[in-house]
Amino acid sequence: MDLTLTPELAAFREEVRAFLAAHAEDYAGGAAREPLAWQRLLIEQGYAARTVPREYGGYGAAPDILKGRIIAEAFIAAGAPRGIANQGVSMLVPTLLEVGSEAQKRRWIGPTLRGEVVWCQGYSEPDAGSDLASLKTSAIEDGDDFVISGSKLWTSTAHLAQMMFALIRTEPQAPRHEGISYVLIPMDTPGIEVRPLKTMTGQAEFNEVFFTEVRVPKDQVVGGRGRGWFVANTTLKHERGMLGDPNATEARLNALIELMKTETVDGQRIVDHPVFRDRLMQLQARVFAMKFNGLRTLTDETAGLARLVVKLQGCELNHQLAALAIDALGELGVLYQDGPHLRAKGRWQWNYMFDLGLIIGGGTAQIQKNIIAERGLGLPREPSPAKA
Amino acid sequence: MRFALSEDQTLLQDSLRRALEQVAPLERVRRFADGAEATAPDVWAGLTELGLPGLLIDEAHGGLELGLLEAALAAEALGAVVAPAPFLGTAVLAPLALKLAGSAGQQAKWLPKLAAGEATAGVAISEPIAGARDGAGVEASGGRLDGTALFVIDAPGADLLVVADRVGGLHLVEAPPGPQPMSTIDATRRLSEVTFRDTMAEPLASGPALERLRDAAWVMLAADTLGAAQTMLDRAVAYAQERRQFGRVIGSFQAVKHLCAEMAAELEPARALVWYAAYAFDHAPDEAPLMAAHAKAHLSEIGRFIARTSTEVHGGVGMTDLLGLHYWFKRIGLNRQLLGGPERVREAAAKAQGLSAV
Ligand SMILES: Cc1cc2nc3c(=O)[nH]c(=O)nc-3n(C[C@H](O)[C@H](O)[C@H](O)COP(=O)(O)OP(=O)(O)OC[C@H]3O[C@@H](n4cnc5c(N)ncnc54)[C@H](O)[C@@H]3O)c2cc1C
Repeated sequence: MDLTLTPELAAFREEVRAFLAAHAEDYAGGAAREPLAWQRLLIEQGYAARTVPREYGGYGAAPDILKGRIIAEAFIAAGAPRGIANQGVSMLVPTLLEVGSEAQKRRWIGPTLRGEVVWCQGYSEPDAGSDLASLKTSAIEDGDDFVISGSKLWTSTAHLAQMMFALIRTEPQAPRHEGISYVLIPMDTPGIEVRPLKTMTGQAEFNEVFFTEVRVPKDQVVGGRGRGWFVANTTLKHERGMLGDPNATEARLNALIELMKTETVDGQRIVDHPVFRDRLMQLQARVFAMKFNGLRTLTDETAGLARLVVKLQGCELNHQLAALAIDALGELGVLYQDGPHLRAKGRWQWNYMFDLGLIIGGGTAQIQKNIIAERGLGLPREPSPAKA
Repeated sequence: MRFALSEDQTLLQDSLRRALEQVAPLERVRRFADGAEATAPDVWAGLTELGLPGLLIDEAHGGLELGLLEAALAAEALGAVVAPAPFLGTAVLAPLALKLAGSAGQQAKWLPKLAAGEATAGVAISEPIAGARDGAGVEASGGRLDGTALFVIDAPGADLLVVADRVGGLHLVEAPPGPQPMSTIDATRRLSEVTFRDTMAEPLASGPALERLRDAAWVMLAADTLGAAQTMLDRAVAYAQERRQFGRVIGSFQAVKHLCAEMAAELEPARALVWYAAYAFDHAPDEAPLMAAHAKAHLSEIGRFIARTSTEVHGGVGMTDLLGLHYWFKRIGLNRQLLGGPERVREAAAKAQGLSAV
């Protein structure tokens, strides 16, 4: 293990810091209002889409984990937003890079990275949640097209998206896992209806999506017909990495520390209260563990188990950070929506609720534990599902 | 000795549950939560028929003259259906304040009206109990109050306010100033900010009344959480028997079974703790502060666990508004913080038995 920075890397770090210092104005106020402009700037500088080849709209740098880390750390330290991290950028782009056709890469990666095309992920269905392979939304062939009917559920951001990457049963005769294709579907195709679903946060973060004879050219399949299950597993890997992202968690820890330093009860700072301070320190240790675990999974090929726990631990940790923030705020912690005493626009409560959703979404905690036990620890598999 | 509810207490519980099914079904709760109504008078009227407002008020003043255990059973039933009702302030804390510290005149004036459901009362005791934030706190001098009280309970439409000042003295405010709504996660109850400016107030007798009010409030919040958590557990168990994945009901997965069992294992003993804390308030006053604190803090902890776990058992649909499960989740969340979060309350538990230097 060697974590010293070469002079070149040290210079790179200065460069990133200088960039952030020079653009503090932009991201403090501007990036919130103009995320696309901020994103374009980040791609130009190589602080977003860093390793995506230039011909597809990325920055085109060679993969360099240490530089990636330096960028992440500098952004956290400055409290600067990392640019767009939606399902398109975090899941579809890596999938296309891995298994997309040349035409698909050229068509979709650039606009997705720049935030011009927003994607949603159409996997889950009413009867296919944890048991995703039982999905029923299906296509029949008609010349060069697929004609899709069925419905998807819990589709995040479908109400904002121009495109969906979806799992569709295209080979009805094939075994469960081999009959599914990964299809790119424009959301304005006739026959698609999106109905927002309100969640416990009071907002509609996800939707029901209904398909009635939706016509999509067959060349919108990624990775080959009937290969969707395997393509999706590529994507899921990226989703779980995104959901457990230690950088986002560390940024949140910093916000919590700030909160506990500034908030007072009866004139006493919360961080001076030994019990709250101890809870904060416990969580900080876990955040550090996940941060270094993240570094390890990037650089150590033998770290299989370390990779398998990221989604479970990362999502739990985010939820716990929000829980501590609410407890630290006490009665003020239950305020929501608006009012003169509301803190951080109610973000901590929103996180506390939405992060519980993320413990469920992208593979529930129980499913994650099954994966850790079976794939990570080699325990026998759960009894296999009945034939659907 | 028998550690169980009496027949009368069970009857009270049953009739309350039945009445609540009628007056506060989930559709009614939703309408209250989504709307701008400051109070739900129809719900309160239904509960008034059962005598709920006079539960703790002596018969001479038109009440049922029951104890805090009965009030806890009522709170549990209200929590179980997340009922929008001004129970804590109007039926428990205000009558208790009058009983503990009111003059004969004050009692004669207000208790009969409260018992009959003809008046409602709000209670502003947050600052001296949960700590002062954002410059809140009420100053009393010469029969006048000044300052701001946050998280005032049952203030909308109240004819009367019981107010604790900064140093713990209690006051009665007739014709209280208009409350400002405070928007919280829990839309089934209304909390308010009330500002006093040279507001006329009658002092209530001094003494340990505020501490008694605090203990009663803690037991009530614990009982409300008990009821809400029980509903969340019941719903998780029912859902686990219904929802199928991988060709079988999810309740047949040991992981899900264990989540349900853990909830039950935490909740069942807590029921006895709440009962005892309520019983001790009337019958073992020396133990009451300790038991009330533990009931409040412990139910806060397991309430949070159950709120989360039940949601998890439901998967994605637990997150949505469709089942309304979140009303229970948020009610438990508010109970946890109101009048002190568990860390603060456990300090009081330590203090109550001399385990704390300060
Ligand atoms: C906030 C949020 C955003 C989401 N976004 C998207 C999206 O953009 N696109 C998309 O396609 N989907 C999305 N989802 C759906 C998500 O992937 C599913 O909710 C999740 O996979 C669980 O499926 P389910 O909701 O049907 O729950 P179920 O599968 O019905 O699970 C219910 C309970 O049973 C347990 N369980 C099920 N099977 C087993 C087993 N074998 N062993 C042990 N326990 C088991 C679960 O752990 C859970 O506790 C989102 C969900 C949430 C909450």
